[in-house]
Amino acid sequence: MSTTEKTASGIGPVEGASLYDADNPAPLIEPPRKRTGKSPKSTRGNFEMHAWLFMRLSGIVLVVLVIGHLLIQLVLDGGVSKIGFAFVAGRWASPFWQVWDLLMLWLAMLHGANGLRTVINDYAERANTRLWLKGLLYTATVFTILLGTLVIFTFDPNIR
Amino acid sequence: MATPTLDKADAAGTPEPGFADSPYITATFRIRRFNPEVSGEAVWEDFQLEIDPKERVLDALHKIKWDHDGSLTFRRSCAHGICGSDAMRINGKNRLACKTLIKDINPAKPITVEPIKGLTVLKDLVVDMEPFFQAYRDVMPFLITKETNEPTRERLQSAEDRERFDDTTKCILCAACTSSCPVFWNDGQYFGPAAIVNAHRFIFDSRDDAGEQRLEILNDKDGVWRCRTTFNCTDACPRGIEVTKAIQEVKRALITRRY
Repeated sequence: MSTTEKTASGIGPVEGASLYDADNPAPLIEPPRKRTGKSPKSTRGNFEMHAWLFMRLSGIVLVVLVIGHLLIQLVLDGGVSKIGFAFVAGRWASPFWQVWDLLMLWLAMLHGANGLRTVINDYAERANTRLWLKGLLYTATVFTILLGTLVIFTFDPNIR
Repeated sequence: MATPTLDKADAAGTPEPGFADSPYITATFRIRRFNPEVSGEAVWEDFQLEIDPKERVLDALHKIKWDHDGSLTFRRSCAHGICGSDAMRINGKNRLACKTLIKDINPAKPITVEPIKGLTVLKDLVVDMEPFFQAYRDVMPFLITKETNEPTRERLQSAEDRERFDDTTKCILCAACTSSCPVFWNDGQYFGPAAIVNAHRFIFDSRDDAGEQRLEILNDKDGVWRCRTTFNCTDACPRGIEVTKAIQEVKRALITRRY
């Protein structure tokens, strides 16, 4: 092999042996997260839109519900020291407070769960991780909502 | 010695033999190098340059490529902020190398230059733009009209109707916005700000009749609803497009269309 050989393009000889050749090719760069098909298929339903809208609307309602709740529970009429079994029993005797608490429970749980769902979607990269995290999230959400609803509807002030 | 930048150059003790008006300073460019034929790992490499701080980062890259290391790979075409080829992450922020003056990004410290994030790096600062352009194609960025016969004269539009989408006509498809979006970084399936901006340009064009179709496309699971309004895109846009606002306008159009 002649060392004086020069290429017309002016590219000098490569120093050192290449780590890769035909038998030992360079590591394959994974193809980018490809979109399949020419254009995205139209979505059945618009869950994402409804979820987005729900976050805004439930957020507005929750501001009223939660601030009212905090005010009643912690500030007005003696503050937190007044809260006891009798206080809860007295409040839940009225359908108004039952509905208030039920609404707050459902909206807050769904609002929070949907927020966490988007966080998982945005930050959990592997499909398996997503699956498990969301499974855990949905289980916890359903359990809490059902338990809370059950308590509100079947609360017995005369329990001993 | 008129400008503070030149004073700084003096303090750094750069050569100005006899003349106080040498414009050159020594700046370090810390460049993210990646060559798949050598290693699967990307590494930082420093280059020290004598350079006029009034020059651009692109000039520095040229200097490195032409005088120091010819293997440095990056894209640039017009070099004047129009073609959108040289978007890169400079000092941690997405910018066009050809529109960023060195004096504006604190040359006292090493200036980091990386490829834009969220797209596969092919070599050094060159990334695979295919997913980005696929999202762009998906929103059908061309005029669609209902009439079957081509009109014999131009399609007229009032100044107000033109003003409605003026902001989003400025896009140069540099991908600075899309590759600054944390939602896009995650799995690259989100359409990304740039595609939505270009859909917006036609959705709000009074001459176009396919707004409904484009809205339907952006109503996708990976469409506008994944936007978290972090405003990274608006900050990154070298054309000053209010990207996040455009995305919100598309969302609003989707909602008001339904309810």
